[in-house]
Amino acid sequence: MALRQDSFGELKVPLTWMAVVALIVCAVVGVSILLSDRRETFQTEAYGAARQAVDTVSAPVGGAVAAPGRWTGDLLGWLRSYVAVAHENRRLHKVMVGLQMQADEAVRLRDENERLRAMLGVQTDPPIPMVTARVVTDSRGPFANARLANAGSRAGVVVGFPVLSERGLVGRIVGVSGDASRVLLLTDVASRTPVMIDRSNARAILTGDGGPNPKLEYLRGRDAVHQGDRVLTSGDGGVLPRGLPVGRAVKGLDGRWRVVLDADAGAIDWVRILKFKDYSQLADQAALAQTHLPPVITENPDDRIIGAPAPAPKAAAPSATPPAAVKTPAPAAPKPAGAPVAAPVATPKPASPPRPAQ
Amino acid sequence: MSFSAARPLDPWRWIGVPALLCIGATILLAAPIQLFGLRLPEPIFPMVCAFGWAVIRPSILAPVVLLLMGLFLDIYWGGALGLWAVSLLLAYAVTLAMRNMMTGQSRPMMWAWYAGMTLAALTAGYLITMLDVKAAPSLVGVVWQFLATAILYPFAHRLIDRFEDADVRFR
Repeated sequence: MALRQDSFGELKVPLTWMAVVALIVCAVVGVSILLSDRRETFQTEAYGAARQAVDTVSAPVGGAVAAPGRWTGDLLGWLRSYVAVAHENRRLHKVMVGLQMQADEAVRLRDENERLRAMLGVQTDPPIPMVTARVVTDSRGPFANARLANAGSRAGVVVGFPVLSERGLVGRIVGVSGDASRVLLLTDVASRTPVMIDRSNARAILTGDGGPNPKLEYLRGRDAVHQGDRVLTSGDGGVLPRGLPVGRAVKGLDGRWRVVLDADAGAIDWVRILKFKDYSQLADQAALAQTHLPPVITENPDDRIIGAPAPAPKAAAPSATPPAAVKTPAPAAPKPAGAPVAAPVATPKPASPPRPAQ
Repeated sequence: MSFSAARPLDPWRWIGVPALLCIGATILLAAPIQLFGLRLPEPIFPMVCAFGWAVIRPSILAPVVLLLMGLFLDIYWGGALGLWAVSLLLAYAVTLAMRNMMTGQSRPMMWAWYAGMTLAALTAGYLITMLDVKAAPSLVGVVWQFLATAILYPFAHRLIDRFEDADVRFR
């Protein structure tokens, strides 16, 4: 039966209004969800069950989707290396010679470093264990830059761990499910990372904006950064370990200092998740909370240096303050030191102990 | 055979299938693959549905599915929850309000309308992100995503062309 022949055939206006009502309801729901989102609170429970469920499903799906591309890339790389094997051999030989010199220098520096540390008694950071994971999805829009890695809470990953590629820092973990974890990249608009310039030791905050080169903000000091300076994590705040390679400073087209990330030098398919506990977690919070402040000694009103003039000048005692500053009547007779100036009764007192600094 | 102008549209065909195709395409392009050193673009595939569904006819189901698709994008891409849901619904609402002006126009003009609605969605996303993280996203990234999404209009045209005449009550 055709719809027009029944009583619902001419329901254009009510249907339109219902559609508008549905649209308004959906918009209200969307805005409510947006206002209640707590993506950046760094709390595991704030990540949400929905995000964890989607990440859990996305990890194997993304891995399967990316597999043909990965295989193709591997095959092309193998073919390229096979065709250019002679040229590659010559290039690698040159690289090896350079690396051998660097290795010799590294051995010398390590030996010197160990001796100096032993002499100075420097307590070095403990070695950091790590988990290797494969990146299975990659979002790279202007409003979100995140990746999904296929290692989660079962591998010991927790929110806040730093993530590195083989070249440098990639980002940090912001969400964890059983077998997957979400990595917030340094380029994300919500990313803030404390860094330092290796040459000048100047501090800055690396601020992502959704583009490939995050900004150096709150850069302080004169001549703090030059073109090409190495940028490392500063470790300030204890969230990231100190000295992780981040990239090199460049002057952007907008006149701001930006960083070309080391991690962007090649495809990021494998990452290392450092099991780094920040220093606030390592410290004994209970011991830090037990503060032993010195007792507060308030001023004794009867023990004032400057007070109201004594009614009887004849009983005035010598003061510790210079006579020019405090106009007190001249003493009639020498008194023991330390006696109160404005004592109402000018009786001799024994010397009192020195008061703590107020 | 009925020649009624009010043929019911099968929601599965004009809403369900395009929505699933958009989600599938989003998952496909989220693979961490580089071609010749370049990363894949990240277009907003559900924008095709937001524009096409609003042009075809008003619907109760379409905004609900758009809301769900937007939430999926937010979760899958790791953005603020509700960002794309609100942005897509805004583009849908504007298109729905202006559909009488769009109906019957040439394909280049419809493409321009689609680009305009994409710009509206991205502007909403830009402002929401600014308010959310107290920082301005890169305009270059926004432009790239706009271009990657704007070239998807042929898919929206295909969707509109296939279902526009299915229910003439709303023309």
